[in-house]
Amino acid sequence: MKPPRFEYARPKTLAEAVGLLVSAEGEAKVIAGGQSLLPILAFRLAAPALLVDLRDVPDLAQIEITTDAIRLGAKVRWRDIEKDERLRSAHPLLVAAIEHVAHYQIRNRGTVGGSVAHADPAAEMPGIAVTCDAQIMVAGQAGTRSIPAADFFLGALTTALEPDEIVVGVQFPAWPSARRWGFEEFARRRGDFAMAAIALYYDEDGAGRATNAHIGVIGACKRPHRLAGAEDALNGRTVDASAIAAVASAAAAEVDPPGDMHASADYRRALVATLIERALQRAAARPGERGRV
Amino acid sequence: MIVRFEVNGKPIEAQVEPRTTLADCLRHDLKLTGTHVGCEHGVCGACTVIVDGAAVRSCLMLAVQADGAKVVTVEGLSSDEQLTPLQAAFRKHHALQCGFCTPGILTTIHALLTEEPEADEARIRDVLSGNLCRCTGYIPIVEAALEARASYGHQPSHGDRA
Amino acid sequence: MNVNSYVGSPIERIEDLRFLRGQGKYVDDLSREGLLHAAILRSSFAHGRIRSIDTAAALASPGVQAVITASDIGRPVPRIPLRQEPLPDLKRFEQPVIAEAKVRYVGEPIAVVLAESAAAAEDALELIDLDVESLPVVAGRDASGDGNVFLFEEHRTNLATSLTAVRGDADAAFNRAPYVRRERFRMHRHTGVPMETRGILAEWDAARGRLTVSGAAKVAFPNRRILAKQLGLPEDAIELVENDVGGGFGVRGEFYPEDFLIPFAAMQTGRPVKWVEDRREHLIATNHARDVECELEIACTRDGEILALRGQAYADLGAYVRTVGATPARNVAQVMSGPYKIPNIRIAVSLVLTNKTPVGTYRGPGRFEADFFRERLLDMAAHDLGIDRVEFRRRNLVSEAEMPYPLATVAELGIETSCDSGNYELTLDRCLAEIGWSEKSALQGKLIEGRYHGLGIGCYIEGGASGPKENARLVLEADGSVSVFVGSSAVGQGLETVFAQIAADALEMPMDRIAGVFHGSTSHVREGFGSYSSRSVVMGGSAITVAAANLRKAICAAAAKRLSVLPDEVKIVDGKAVAAGGASVFLADLARDGVSAEGSFASNKRTYSYGAHAAHVAVDPKTGHVELVDYVAVEDVGRIINPLTLHGQAIGAIVQGLGGVFLEHLIYDENGQLLTGSLADYLLPTACDYPNIRAVTLELRPSPNNPLGAKGAGEGGIIPVAGVIANAVAAALKPLGVEPRELPLSPPRVWQLIEETRRSNER
Repeated sequence: MKPPRFEYARPKTLAEAVGLLVSAEGEAKVIAGGQSLLPILAFRLAAPALLVDLRDVPDLAQIEITTDAIRLGAKVRWRDIEKDERLRSAHPLLVAAIEHVAHYQIRNRGTVGGSVAHADPAAEMPGIAVTCDAQIMVAGQAGTRSIPAADFFLGALTTALEPDEIVVGVQFPAWPSARRWGFEEFARRRGDFAMAAIALYYDEDGAGRATNAHIGVIGACKRPHRLAGAEDALNGRTVDASAIAAVASAAAAEVDPPGDMHASADYRRALVATLIERALQRAAARPGERGRV
Repeated sequence: MIVRFEVNGKPIEAQVEPRTTLADCLRHDLKLTGTHVGCEHGVCGACTVIVDGAAVRSCLMLAVQADGAKVVTVEGLSSDEQLTPLQAAFRKHHALQCGFCTPGILTTIHALLTEEPEADEARIRDVLSGNLCRCTGYIPIVEAALEARASYGHQPSHGDRA
Repeated sequence: MNVNSYVGSPIERIEDLRFLRGQGKYVDDLSREGLLHAAILRSSFAHGRIRSIDTAAALASPGVQAVITASDIGRPVPRIPLRQEPLPDLKRFEQPVIAEAKVRYVGEPIAVVLAESAAAAEDALELIDLDVESLPVVAGRDASGDGNVFLFEEHRTNLATSLTAVRGDADAAFNRAPYVRRERFRMHRHTGVPMETRGILAEWDAARGRLTVSGAAKVAFPNRRILAKQLGLPEDAIELVENDVGGGFGVRGEFYPEDFLIPFAAMQTGRPVKWVEDRREHLIATNHARDVECELEIACTRDGEILALRGQAYADLGAYVRTVGATPARNVAQVMSGPYKIPNIRIAVSLVLTNKTPVGTYRGPGRFEADFFRERLLDMAAHDLGIDRVEFRRRNLVSEAEMPYPLATVAELGIETSCDSGNYELTLDRCLAEIGWSEKSALQGKLIEGRYHGLGIGCYIEGGASGPKENARLVLEADGSVSVFVGSSAVGQGLETVFAQIAADALEMPMDRIAGVFHGSTSHVREGFGSYSSRSVVMGGSAITVAAANLRKAICAAAAKRLSVLPDEVKIVDGKAVAAGGASVFLADLARDGVSAEGSFASNKRTYSYGAHAAHVAVDPKTGHVELVDYVAVEDVGRIINPLTLHGQAIGAIVQGLGGVFLEHLIYDENGQLLTGSLADYLLPTACDYPNIRAVTLELRPSPNNPLGAKGAGEGGIIPVAGVIANAVAAALKPLGVEPRELPLSPPRVWQLIEETRRSNER
């Protein structure tokens, strides 16, 4: 399982990196941590002529937290998110989700940008980005642009990236501290891709009813997406047992999960309902209590 | 391409293709065969080495990406005179049988305990979930890691098992 | 440490000293001048006729030196003969060392590329132009009997053979039995998956006509015999070398196509050739295992005495009959009764060919399957009869007084075997106590915090110490130490330490005077038999004991000559041979005279370790996830050589069993394509999965069948796992009426079973 032959470049600036992609005319791949790309090359599922390593490109590895936003540079690693104390309160849902990513060694190299560009529908980062209405920041020949996450992930392993574009960051809206949230994932083993996962949050109106519900599905789908029907079932309601049942039922009806050798579509659908219930139960518990499996 | 980096404290230079993984470079160009290759797709962890202080899967890293880095392999965690406390703990608890996964587990535990000497059993298991072992069933490995904590500065407390 | 007390002590392993330092020498660690790397082109068709192979482009690829196909080897290409149970029926379906006219499974070797680097060899594989006419695929056992598609047209059948285990008159017993129950069970395909893949380094010295092959394991001597015949070389022109081996579990070490192809390539090219299997290859090329269905019936009296077992099993062998032939299937039939006294038995097994990777022996072959089938049926019968599951088992265990207790005979193979010694009730009782069975009984079937709890228990026997023989050779070295050479193979089980303990005790010397234990390679002893079927300690250890006695005699004889006394008058004390009068000579001195001894141990009487396992599970009905809350294993192995390594075998085997029950599954589609083609899809247990396992190892009843009193103990840990877990899950889900009959018990499958049961209950 040796990779096929390729050329390798290590540009010193973002502009240089983009320029390399442009000249390669679609035959280049960007590499940062390489945790998704290298297995693909080992299985010879791709044979790019050129690898463009972002290693020496500066200013892509910061975690910036302001009053308006949380911005993760593309080269921010899972380990960096884990170790950044500020994020625990600045975006607890992000932190909870990222705890499920892969394993220790992979977390030391795998990056936000890599996960987003790879777009595995069972990966946590794309799912959180979509659920939280994040923006994917992208740089290409025409300059930088910002793509709403919902428009960025087009299908399994397929994104809106043009061949000359590089993900440079992911920007999340700021997170109000009173917000209720839950993250529930079911995987075969610790660190495996999700068979299904649910990321959700809602705010409360003056009467304690849910508003601004955001419910996203991971793994039981071809691409991560919000569940509008489930959100409608939640908005305006007090989050009690009957509301939870209604939301779970709406979510199960709304998802279109794949069936594969590991699990049938029916199973994944049932899993979604269970995960919605559990996520909402945790979310409705006292604020400040972390939604952990 | 020429790559230059440091392995176990010594500067090295190797002529590699861009596609050569760090694992293959260590094993075949530098003859450091202690690092093992079990899957080449980043699942088994047998190839784990320490790069700039972080445990990484060397089959998921190109040798060219290690340019300028400080790499530590299982050989670098060993001395000829006697076993280190980590190695002695492994031997005491029979935490290895065929020995093939062992180097990757030693480097992983070393990296973990260096940074987190207070790691508890749950954390150790969590970290070890990225290393496959087919012989031991993991229980003795966890016991060995718990015992080895003392040599990394862990302060024994009432709740400790080992 | 006193001499004569190493056996039984938890001595830390000698081999650890190099493994912990990263100084093990596995075959891919070896390097040679002028080395060529081999890559194998494997069939991506499950069934097809090869029309043409064009290697021109591959030959022209950078770094490629040669490409070998069947034409280069000469037709008909050699076949790989059966090592065990060479029934004429089975011999019809032996595998050729390379595909000739047909391919019969995805993964079958078609060509070998030799190049200057592994990457260059792999690059060239893609350039080989292969034209294959695809044929209909016999995707599974059902299709194998459809009548029209044969893997071997000349034989007009996909049924390789049938075996039947018989005792008494099962039909008569069923006819008169007051209670019978019949069920159908299925054990899925999974396998050993050691962490080191296979590898071979072959070197041909044309000048001296000598072939050296490294990467050997398990059965080097039989493999040498096979290779010599295939290559037309005398056996002593070939040396198979065993270095360090990264796990075997039965699947590594048998003779595979590559074991011919790589040495052949070395002879053809005149350069050393190394082949290292990659993991993707490993999953389609190294032996698969299990994959057995069984319809099983039990007949009992109303108060729970088992009268008979009757059954028909189907073993899916894959596309060829491998070297181990009918062993797993034979075990399914013969060991179906386990540790229970069953006077009437008829279990038939049909061995069936399909277009899948061939099947071999994997830890507890056929035994793991049989245990699952039987123990599930026992729980069902107990429930029907209104008898406590534990009492039902207790009532039917073979008693100590009845030993040796013969198992059913497999007529076609003429194989008879008997349980040698044991008190099966002792281990059952110990197991019940350890898991807290009575205290936990209140949990059975209870829904607690959203999960159903259940307990399961099972009793088993482990057949070890396969004959016929093993050989050892001890040599007195120049420094007075002793080197031990033995035909057994080390695959990670700690032979270098365990055998040093046995040798030191037998020689009455300190263990640090054992220079080393040299195992496996054909240069070590004249004839070796290898490591499989839990035989090393009994056969190799006993051979060492015999050789040690012979070495002591040889030392005394050599000293007697030197000191001019009678051998009887010589004692060996503290590194010296001392005569009655006080005159002495250092052993180191004597070594100059070339003092060595051989020893053999031969036996066709197997040993039977035995025990009981119990499990406590909690099942989440919404996700189908089963948590293993507690697992206890109790085993009597007759004699414990090293409690540390023995305990390691138990835990490791149990976790492999749990992987087989919950996680591991080799899944094929209807086109014979293996879907679980990497470790991302073939799921192995990790450190987080089963933390709650305890193993108690005992030496209650030594075996009368060998001087050590030992019983093979490498496989016992795995054998009962499936039955115990499935019974625990059934107990947990009793309120829902769910009865698992198939594995794996993955969350989706458990969920599916609950759903199906619920739907059928509603109707």
